[in-house]
This record gives sequence, structure tokens and C-alpha cells, in this order.
Amino acid sequence: MDISDLKGAATGEMRYVGKRIARTEDNKLLKGQGAYVDDLHLPGMLHGAVLRSPHAHAKIVSIDCSAARELKGVHAVYTHADLRGRSRGRAPSMLPNPAIRFERTQEILASTEVTFAGEAVAFVVADNRYIAEDACGLIEIEYEILPAVAECRDGLRADSPLCHTDAKDNVVAHIEIGFGDIDAAFKDAPHVVEETYWQNRGSAHPMETRGYVAEYHAANDELTVWSSGQAPHHEKKNLVELLEWDPERLRVLMNDVGGGFGPKLPFYPEEALVSIAAVALQRPVKWIEDRREHFLSVTQERDQWWNVGIALESDGKIRGVRLNMVHDNGAFLPWGIITPYISITTTPGPYVIPAMSAKLDVVYTNKCATSPVRGAGRPQAVFAMERILDKAARALGMDRAELRWRNLIQPEQMPYDAGFIYRDGSPLRYDSGDYPACQQAALNKADYAGFPARKTAAREQGRFIGIGMASFVEGTGMGPFEGATVRVQSSGRIAVITGASPQGQGHKTTFAQICAEQMNVPLETIDVITGDTGGISMGVGTFASRVTVNAGNSVHIAAQAVRDKMFTLAAFLWKCDPEELVLLDGHVARRSGTEQRISYGELAKVSQGMPGFTMPKGLTAGLEETKYFSPAQSTYCNGTAVVELEVDRETGHINILKYVMAHDSGKLINPMIVDGQVIGSVAHGIGNATLEWMQYDENAQPTTTNFGEYLLPMATDVPNVDVVHLETPSPLNPLGVKGAGEGGTIPAAAAIISAIENALSEYGVEFTEAPLVPQRVFQKLKEAGAYAR
Amino acid sequence: METRTVRVVVNGIAYERQVEPRRMLGDFLRHDLNLTGTHYGCEHGVCGACTVLLEGRTARACLTLAAQVDNHVLTTVEGLAHADGTLNELQKAFGECHALQCGFCTPGMLMTLTELLSETDSPDEAEIREAITGNLCRCTGYQPIVAAALLAAQRIRESRTGSPAPTAEATE
Repeated sequence: MDISDLKGAATGEMRYVGKRIARTEDNKLLKGQGAYVDDLHLPGMLHGAVLRSPHAHAKIVSIDCSAARELKGVHAVYTHADLRGRSRGRAPSMLPNPAIRFERTQEILASTEVTFAGEAVAFVVADNRYIAEDACGLIEIEYEILPAVAECRDGLRADSPLCHTDAKDNVVAHIEIGFGDIDAAFKDAPHVVEETYWQNRGSAHPMETRGYVAEYHAANDELTVWSSGQAPHHEKKNLVELLEWDPERLRVLMNDVGGGFGPKLPFYPEEALVSIAAVALQRPVKWIEDRREHFLSVTQERDQWWNVGIALESDGKIRGVRLNMVHDNGAFLPWGIITPYISITTTPGPYVIPAMSAKLDVVYTNKCATSPVRGAGRPQAVFAMERILDKAARALGMDRAELRWRNLIQPEQMPYDAGFIYRDGSPLRYDSGDYPACQQAALNKADYAGFPARKTAAREQGRFIGIGMASFVEGTGMGPFEGATVRVQSSGRIAVITGASPQGQGHKTTFAQICAEQMNVPLETIDVITGDTGGISMGVGTFASRVTVNAGNSVHIAAQAVRDKMFTLAAFLWKCDPEELVLLDGHVARRSGTEQRISYGELAKVSQGMPGFTMPKGLTAGLEETKYFSPAQSTYCNGTAVVELEVDRETGHINILKYVMAHDSGKLINPMIVDGQVIGSVAHGIGNATLEWMQYDENAQPTTTNFGEYLLPMATDVPNVDVVHLETPSPLNPLGVKGAGEGGTIPAAAAIISAIENALSEYGVEFTEAPLVPQRVFQKLKEAGAYAR
Repeated sequence: METRTVRVVVNGIAYERQVEPRRMLGDFLRHDLNLTGTHYGCEHGVCGACTVLLEGRTARACLTLAAQVDNHVLTTVEGLAHADGTLNELQKAFGECHALQCGFCTPGMLMTLTELLSETDSPDEAEIREAITGNLCRCTGYQPIVAAALLAAQRIRESRTGSPAPTAEATE
């Protein structure tokens, strides 16, 4: 490139942002050279195993570890009695909320009472995991079994057993919120429709389970912890508190992480246990969870009962919505009451609703705790709202798409106050989006208009096909902040360091694209460093579709600041106006008339000054900047799913024929990566809708604890997804981006089950639950007389 | 503790190790041979992340004892790339089609598809989907994995007939 040919850099044309660029992460992963936590082999490393409660609720009468301690190869056995100081207490409380009446987090090891099957009771450290598990089998624990709360609605009854025996009831929180005149909305309404819905729980099931390695460096009294988590700084904060450790001597690292999807975000006891053991034994300690433990002890979600009432005008306009919801919380509060609160505040969706009232009960049960799983309470809300709209459409005799169309918020109404206060503490104010265009794009792509003819043709062949739809609005990119350091090295390479750690989302590629755009260098010049509390002092974590908004904009702003710094410094060197300078091929160059150019690396050296000399006026040290981006409020993405499927009437089995996901997550940095996020999250939603069902019996014993009993979608369960991108830039951040990682999951159950119902419309069956498994479809059809001869 | 001798060739390299009879092949590969590309996702034979090739056929390293591979030949994900470290057609296609996100299931997917492509160079979409039903992926929704397998098969066919290989959209 000639110096006179500078259009690419000088104009606003994007070279990296918005491009489908293959990921920088992939090469080593494809060669089996990833660095997941269990791949770490440290000299002298010991291995842990956890003994868990087999009972959902019991008193611990006695624990005898003597045989386990005597087993050859065992180095230590910990029970609650062996813990010291703050670690004898409970895990730090997250996200306190004045509505929480009884706050309870988990003990590192249970002291006197276990409150779910899977709760950690003892921790063994041995030469290898085989011996550690042998030793777990030698620990004798006497339990006195207590009655368990197995179902959240039962847990609200006055005669219910208590989940925690020292509580006065099982209520975590009771919340009543609303807006508008709800009584007036329902009084004399031409149509009122009511229904009760249920969504059961599943878990995220990243293919890599949890795992931690801790190593103590006695020489400088430092502790290093490797984790397969989602939020290194958050984990560090908890370890600092529980271990009463100097934060300057504790480092949490997350190298490659094999998926997260929410449940790797909360703090778990095992991370403290490996750390305690590593310090006590002066040897590195590793603990890797097995899948059964993952089923038992890793947070789950979706277990909610909804009663929904909707009042409508005769033309289909919504007058008001009444909600009563009970959230089955499980035994502990690892992430506050965020999930059910998100559920409630997601219900307005893309619709104009003048009045709403919501009553929420969050209830302790003797089951595994809940915290956000991809979608985070929103799939339930969308299921409740979209299912009631389907029912209302039937009551009004109106086409389902038409009813929705009449109620959509119009683009000129943006920004739109939906009425509630959102989880970020700000009013639920949609910043941007074109919801009618999104719905129309999805319907067009699915050829909704042509469906009646397809249905007639299929019926003539004896086949049952149906179409369904669902739309959502999702608050993404919430604060408080994320940060990034951009640093030009003396080699000319550029380091980007951020506290937001990835679990497969392609952060390294995305951030490199953002940085490359500002610094005008090839992607290969940039090293993105994530998941290291030693790299940047503050970080929040990867959850809630917030990273590209928070960390992406931090990279953008920090890179701009470094770029400005390079201009200032070069202008000082050449005694010229910074306006005369451009970035070109890893150099700062003068626009015209001279041959002056200096490489980024040379400039970085100059920026360090000379020992003993004063920095020139107006210049600060180093070619690096750290910026924290704090969004003013959440930015709201939106989408519409349209699904066409066939139901096998004889078995209840479904076959998805077409799946359209129209999605607006603002400006796309790498459309290939966003496609991957959307398609992957659709697959997760298909699992939620049709397969995944974490079951507990009447004693709160989990009965689905392996992949034979709990089904994840296989390649033959998931169709090809048609993704339609709309790109309404968010006005709330410089890049114009919104979250993208959860949108596909959120409307899936609502759309799929709508389509199943539509396929079987001639039998008049209605479905009010998710997952909707074939045997339930069959049962409903049988009850409706479908098989009567 | 009683041990047994295991002599095994993995990715063309001969190893001899003493193992406990109960040692699983996955632990043997990962922790004794430091071939950590083979992953454990469920340890009960469903997820397929631990899939390796035993005498060219897929096997679950979580359900196979190390002692069972004595005098056998194994291929793991570390054995797929060319000798100079460049990716093979299947690996390349995975990257181009964005067929991996977290990368944890990827080694097992690659091994299963390697077996499939050794049996046929023209699998259709349904055959590919059927072949990988024993490999769970939670990130991708499988669609790009299927696309990558189709692309790799096409390139392998064309390399035999000498026709030019197509370029995927992602490489622009």
C-alpha cells in the first residue's frame, strides 16, 4: 500500500468489524492442544473427590472418617469439623435484595443438616482420583432422614415440611409489582383468557464439567487457582473472603473452558476445598467433577408455575395481563432471586401492554439450587405470554400472527418504557429495535402465508403438520462494567487483556477484530488475553449476554485511546500536527510530503522514556490504556422464532421441518460467530422444549442423573436453522452492539409447542407444559379421543 | 498394587507403561501419556467426547480399560494433523464452518467423522447426522459440524479427481 492510498484507514469503512473471519481460537483446539483445567498436570499434584449427601433432607448424626484416612494413598479427609475460620461459614451471599426474607447460601461442607441430594459432606485428597473415590466409600455417615420439600407449590402450604429446619417457612421472597390500572383493564373486558403453565427444570450441561486446580507457592505465599468457570474475578472475590487471603497474592486463571451457559458462574464449595487442601498439604490439588455430580450439584433452571390472565379488546388489543408465578428455587440462593425476577420482567415482550400485575413467590425446595441457565428465566416468561396469546387468538377467532401484529410496539415508539423496573435497577426501557419488521422477516422466511395450503396437502396424505411462533425482547449487556487493557509491546505486537473470560463464544477473535479496526493492524498482530485476574484488576464475568457490550466496547475505547496516544507521541517527535498522521501497516506515518514513519514497536519503546529523564509535557507513560465501559442501562435485543414441524400422531414424536430465527442483536462484529451463538442457543431451546427434563421423585430424590435418563439433543434432533439478522444498532454503546448468546433459546419452547398444538388442532388439544415429551402428547391425544375407533 | 504391562502404539508412537487393571483408557491417554486432547464429558459412554480410533474403529476411552488396548494401535485427535502440524481437510473444514465453539466435544466429533470418511467419501447430510448421534455438542447445534463434514468429504473427493476445491465463506 502506498502512503497516499489511505482511504481504508482514514474513512469509516470497516476492515475487520462486521466480517466473517475464521476464529483465532480454533487451530490448537482442532489439534487436541487445548488447555482445559483437567489438562493441567503439575508436579506432585494430588486429586480430590467429594462425598455427597444421598438424601434430599437429613440431619447429620455422625461422621467417621477413620477408615478413609487410613487408606494408603490418602493425604487428607475434610469434613466441616476440619475447616477453620471463615470457611466454616456459608458461601458469600450474592446479589442481596430487600425482598429476600430468608437468605441461605451453601456451606463449604455441610455441618449438621443436608438439604439436597448431592450436597457436599466430605472431601478426600489422595494420590489419584481412583483412591480418593475408594476413600469416599469408606466414610461412614449416619443420617437421620427428614421430610423433604419436593415441589414448590406444596412448599407454600402451611403444613409443608421445611426445607431448612431453622426457617419459619419455605418462602425465599414474595414480590408484587405492576403498572397501570389492572382492575380497570379486566373489568368489562370483551375477552378474558386464563391458563396455568409449567416449565420444568434442566441444566445447562456444558460438555466439560466443572473442575479446579489450586497450587500454593510457599516462597511468596501466593495461591494460584485454575477454574473452568465463567467469572475469574468473581471467583477470586469469593476465595479471598472464604480463605481470608490477601487479594494481591491470589490469582484465578481460566484457560480453555468447555462451555458454561450460566451454571459455571456461581461459586461452588469445591473451589474453596481444593484451595484449602493445597495450602494445608503444600501440594497442588485437582478436583474434576464427573457428570453424575454435575447432575446432582450444579445449578439448574426453569422450574416455574405460572397462572396467566389476559384481558383483550374485541379487536385483539391487549388491555392488561395478570401474572401469578411460583419459582422452585431449590435449597440455596447462589445467585439471589435474579432468575425469577428476570422472568417476571420479560413478560411484556415486544407488545404494548397498558397494565400488568405480577405476584411472585420464590420457594425453597430440597433440590439442587437454581441460577441462570442460558435464557435465564426468560424462556418461561415467553412461554407463558406466547401460549396465552395463542389461546387468546383461538378465543377471538383470530390468526395468531395477526393478533401479535396488532399489539407490537412500533419502531417510532422507541425508546419504549415497558412499565417494570428491570433487574439492572433501571426502568425496563427498550432502547431500539423494529419488532414488526422482525416478526415479518421471520414469517416471510418461513412462508407463513403458504402454510395453510401445506397443511391441507399434508393432511390429505395423512400427515399432521403445524406452525408456531414466538417473539421475545431480552435485556442484555447489563453492567456494572467490564474492562480492557490495550498495550502496544516493544515488539509491535498488541496485547488486549480483559476480565471477561470465554467458554467458547469466540471472544478472542471478536476482541481482536474490534482492536484491529482501531489500530489498523492484521488480526495476527493481536494477542487477546482472557480469564486471568493477574491481567486486569477488575472484571465482572461472562453471563447474561453482556460481554460484547461491556468488554467489546472497553476494547474499542481503550484501543482508540492508545491510537490517540500514538498520534500525540509521533506528533511530538516530528513536531507536527497529529492531524497529519495516519496508521499504516503497523506504523504511524505522516500523511504526505515526508517519508517519516515509525513502527508501533519503536514508538512503544519511545513511550517508555529514558531512565532519569522527565517525560515530555502532555505525554503519559507507555503505549497502553485501560478502560472500563459501564453501560447506562441494559440494551434490548429481540427476535422471533417460527417453527414448522410434523407430529407423528401415533407416537407423539415430532420432526422439525423448518426453523426460522429472526434476531436483532444490533451491530454484528463477526456474523459467523453470531450465527453460531444463535443456532447453538436454538438447539438448547429445542432440548428444553422437547427432551430435557430433570426429574425428582416425591422425596426430592433426583431420578435423571445420566445422559441415558436425561436427554440432550442429538444431531438428529436438531434441524438446520435459518437465521435472519436484523441490525438495529444500540444507541447505548459506541459499537452499537447488543447481546446474542441467549436469544435462540428464549422463544424456542413457546414456538415449538405452539406448532405441535397447531398440528393437532383438529383434536382441540392444548399443551401447557415444557418440556413436552412424546408420551405426554400421546396421553393428551388419547384423552381427546384421537385413538377411539 | 498389582499392575499390568500395556504396549500400545498411539499416533504412530510405541509406548510401554505399567497400569493398574482398573485404569481407564481415557485416564491412561490423558494423564499417563499426556495426550490430553481426548476428553471426558460423561464417563458413562454417551457423550462421545472421549472417542478414539482403536484399530481404525471408534471406541469410547471412558468405557475401555487401558489393559484392553495392549498390543493394539490407537489414533487420537493429536494424530490427525499432517506431520508438519498443518490441519487435515476435516480439521480445516471445521474451522472454516465454525464447527467448534468451546472445542470440548471437537476431538470426539473429529474421530467419529474420521471413521465415517474412511468408509465413504460421499456421505449425505442424514448419514453424517446419524454418524454423530453418539457425540453430543452443546454449543453449535450440529449444523456447522454437518456442513464441515460435507465440505471435507467434497474436498477429499475432489483431491482424488483433481478438481479444484471450493472455498468456504468463512475464509474471506
